[in-house]
Amino acid sequence: MTAHTNDWPDRLFETLKRGGVRQVGYVPDAGHARLIDRCRADDEIRDVVLTTEEEGIALAAGAWLGGERAVLLMQSSGLGNCINMLSLARTCRFPLLMFITMRGEWEEFNPWQVPMGSIVDPVLKLCEAEVYRVHNPDDVAGTAERAVQQAFGGERIAAVVLSQQLIGKKVWTK
Amino acid sequence: MTLERRAAMAKLLAGRGDDLLVVPGLGSTAWDAAAAGDNDRNFYLWGAMGGAAMIGLGLALAQPTRRVAVITGDGEMLMGLGSLATIGIQRPRNLAVIVFDNGVYGETGMQPSHTQGGVDLIGVARACGIAACLDVRDQNALAGLVRRLKNLRETLFARVMIAAEEPPRVLPLRDGVALKERFRGAIGVKP
Repeated sequence: MTAHTNDWPDRLFETLKRGGVRQVGYVPDAGHARLIDRCRADDEIRDVVLTTEEEGIALAAGAWLGGERAVLLMQSSGLGNCINMLSLARTCRFPLLMFITMRGEWEEFNPWQVPMGSIVDPVLKLCEAEVYRVHNPDDVAGTAERAVQQAFGGERIAAVVLSQQLIGKKVWTK
Repeated sequence: MTLERRAAMAKLLAGRGDDLLVVPGLGSTAWDAAAAGDNDRNFYLWGAMGGAAMIGLGLALAQPTRRVAVITGDGEMLMGLGSLATIGIQRPRNLAVIVFDNGVYGETGMQPSHTQGGVDLIGVARACGIAACLDVRDQNALAGLVRRLKNLRETLFARVMIAAEEPPRVLPLRDGVALKERFRGAIGVKP
């Protein structure tokens, strides 16, 4: 991989900054580690570490009520924690932009990640989310830009799903 | 000793001021807030159980010059207990989380909640790092909460012990999009 390919989290961060995002809710996740570090280091962005992903759906709704843009970072397993709370975004048409790193789909060592990972796309579609699948690191920032427009411009739910192939497999033994 | 919920809500919201934004939680607290007088700066929840405090957090962070009061029930708060940990880390100066605690799930037939079984929400809030916690059990303490809310300077958690009763429902607007739009319009947020 080239250095350029590896820096997708930095380019994603710049896209979110340009998109006017002010609050970032997340449950810590290895795939989002670099992006979380960038958000934590930025004075204009309020990073909000959550105990469970569904808190982030409510956080984003509150942010929008107050005129700010929030995004939610999570791993595929976290989507399962959100399903009823997504009713909030759907009923009130709150903009909701999620970045979901995939587990359980490619060279997954841990079989416990598979059941939720395998139903991420249909669950998102059932919840009326616009789903953007990204396999190539060079496509992350551009896709995120479209998703920002979709979510905040149209007051819709948009999910950018980052394939496990893009993230790389978790190293279990060193 | 317990307080009457409708009267307690009326006292909390009387002469509230335009800078007070209120998130009434799902269930009886939403009816109580509606009974106290509808207001464009109320964002009533008809769902999203467990989410009231986190909506308040997002709103408080976005609107640091306004006061935000989440007013919800013990059952709703119990479903989002983790959000007290999240709020305990953020601690916005302009956020108050007020729990009307009657120890029962009133909307579903008065089944006992965990607080009746001994779970102490004040203890939880304090352990989560919220230093300002008020235990409100009488009119004096309620008057103290009203003063603290009027002059909010730190993240505040309050438990208001209310009687387990079911006053007639007063139902607010339930169209979520309309509630959102009128709230944002009232505080002058750009579309």
